[in-house]
Amino acid sequence: MRFAFSDDQLLLQGAVREFLRKECTPETVRALWADARGHAPALWSRLAELGVTGALVPEAQGGMGLDERDLVLLLEEVGRAALPGPIAVCAAVAAPLLRELGGPLADHWLPRLAAGEAIVVVGHPANPFVTDAHLADLLLLAREGALYAVERAAVRLVAQPANDPGRRLATVAWEPRDGTRVAEGAAAERLLAAALDRGALACAAQLLGAADRMIELAVAYTSQRHQFGRPVGSFQAVQHQLADVKVRIEYARPVVYKAAWALAVGAPTRSVDASHAKLAAGDAAALAARRALQAHGAIGYTWECDLHLWMRRAWSLALEWGAPPLHLSRVSSFVLADGAPIGPGTTFQAP
Amino acid sequence: MDLVYTPRQQAFRAEARAWLEANVPKTPLRSFDTAEGAAEHREWEKRLHAGGWAMVPWPVEYGGRGADLIEWLIFEEEYYRANAPRRINQNGIFLLGPTIMEYGTPEQKARFLPRIASSEEVWAQGWSEPNAGSDMAAIAATALRDGDHYVLRGQKTWASRGAFADWLFGLFRTDPGSERHKGLSFLLVPLRAPGVTVRPIAQLDGETGFAEVFFDDARVPVANRLGAEGEGWKVAMATAGFERGLMLRSPARFQATARRLVELCRASPETATEALREEVVRCWMDAEAYTLETYRTVSRLLSGGRIGFEASLNKIFWSELDVRMHETALRLLGHRADLLPEAPAARGVGEWLDGYLFALSGPIYAGTNEIQRNVIAERILGLPRSA
Repeated sequence: MRFAFSDDQLLLQGAVREFLRKECTPETVRALWADARGHAPALWSRLAELGVTGALVPEAQGGMGLDERDLVLLLEEVGRAALPGPIAVCAAVAAPLLRELGGPLADHWLPRLAAGEAIVVVGHPANPFVTDAHLADLLLLAREGALYAVERAAVRLVAQPANDPGRRLATVAWEPRDGTRVAEGAAAERLLAAALDRGALACAAQLLGAADRMIELAVAYTSQRHQFGRPVGSFQAVQHQLADVKVRIEYARPVVYKAAWALAVGAPTRSVDASHAKLAAGDAAALAARRALQAHGAIGYTWECDLHLWMRRAWSLALEWGAPPLHLSRVSSFVLADGAPIGPGTTFQAP
Repeated sequence: MDLVYTPRQQAFRAEARAWLEANVPKTPLRSFDTAEGAAEHREWEKRLHAGGWAMVPWPVEYGGRGADLIEWLIFEEEYYRANAPRRINQNGIFLLGPTIMEYGTPEQKARFLPRIASSEEVWAQGWSEPNAGSDMAAIAATALRDGDHYVLRGQKTWASRGAFADWLFGLFRTDPGSERHKGLSFLLVPLRAPGVTVRPIAQLDGETGFAEVFFDDARVPVANRLGAEGEGWKVAMATAGFERGLMLRSPARFQATARRLVELCRASPETATEALREEVVRCWMDAEAYTLETYRTVSRLLSGGRIGFEASLNKIFWSELDVRMHETALRLLGHRADLLPEAPAARGVGEWLDGYLFALSGPIYAGTNEIQRNVIAERILGLPRSA
């Protein structure tokens, strides 16, 4: 029993954080908002070199052969940078889905995905809109309980402009064909359930990073902004609002990390853990957005102020991979069930 | 990150469970803030100690079991699972003990720790004074050197467990010309000594859980000073760290409450609206979050880390969760929420009201939550100091 990351895991996180701090500045994000495709191929390649896209891809297929315990920290950094594009879904959901599908499909796509040469996204029943489908080379799409692997040319996208310009939503129209069906029945059901857990965890990790960043921005702004001859951050009315957010963030963090462990090892509680993680991180990020905005005052309400890069990301991620009511109902069904394994000593259920 | 218990840890759990199942009193003890209840709880502590379970992470020589902090968490889980009595000597075992372990001389360790572990000596806290509450550095009670003794004058108040305890630990001004955090020393004071007067105070729940303590030239040996003279603030902050950050409120306590809340919700179909059911589930989630964060803290301590300002995050989280869980329970209970445990119609739910009244003290004691928010803002977030 040891609830801590290894030095290697923290080192990799530090490398990705440092890279994104330099290469994905607010100006970068805004430039991508304005970009027709919202994509920076050079940035993507560099992240692939760092191992982000291929983190969950087996080494034999050119990946890092890591698991969710490693990736969760990298996705936190993606959220901290408000990095536009589908890297989270590609690395955290599509890659393990392809790995589990196996066969020639995995052999063909996983090395490309790991190398940053191909983008794969997932159209899951939990998401009526698919994020950044226009950038995908391959789409893994569900229809009537079966799973299909469909190339970009075979789908028609209808863009659905949405709140976060760093994530382009679309509805996907396509015709299921026998040749593209890659899983059905119980197997497909299992894969889709795992994809939902992974998607929820990926959102949760990004939400943590975004929440951290919003509080940092609020602290920086209120430390330099003076009113009544004092920094506004020296007023307790402001301090306590931000302190509350810090509490919510720091008690969401271990929930997200535990969910990463549960998914990595296949613990029996993994779906509940993933839902709990998404709810906790989503609540923390939503509170961070509200309080950081309030702490900024009118300047925070401008398009010019960078705060909304993370506010929009937080609002938007709260809905992806299951909105709060879905996850709450999943946790409720577990907790309120007859003979639920809850109470002291039940937290860590071995796989 | 490996969140699986080792076979050794599983065996430890099984051993603790078996002992507790065989030894936990079948009928609940009376409150330890009553004279009869205090005696019952001292008896229970004796039994725990004889079984070797009084303070599992302490070295065997001091009455512990030589376990590590993960095993302590496991023991706490089993303790609350077994619905075992509250710990009358929590000030001693969870707060003072670890502080003596860190700052005590070998003589002090040998003198005090075994009797804390056995609860032969029950401890009260002596921080607050009439004019030093949240502003603890305003402490005015003095302890002036006279040969190899200090002579104590002044008053402490809200001394938890003061009414039935044997000893008190607290801060006294040993340098009469000093101000604020300087010139304070951490002293261990026998309550049944000449010059010490204890006046119990009835709390909101009607019981005498705390007391005023008056010192009129009470003499305390210099050997009872923990840490260096004038360094008391630093020692006290270590104690506060244990109180807010780890030991006083182990997560199992809140997991047990959350579990009872879930059971109450399931047994209350008439009052359990969708909104209340959601709140119950959210309480369970937060009790789990608190548990997870504690395992993380313990893992960090086992790798040589220390408890720092993040203890303030902790204190806010558990104290507010405790209030919320009890408020939710009272809403589920409807009219029965008004009943004391002895009311015939309470039918076993009266302890929720008791628990609520107790939970309400959580955001106040161990440093009010407003003080904790100041600490978070200035020490963790790095905001400018408030005026």
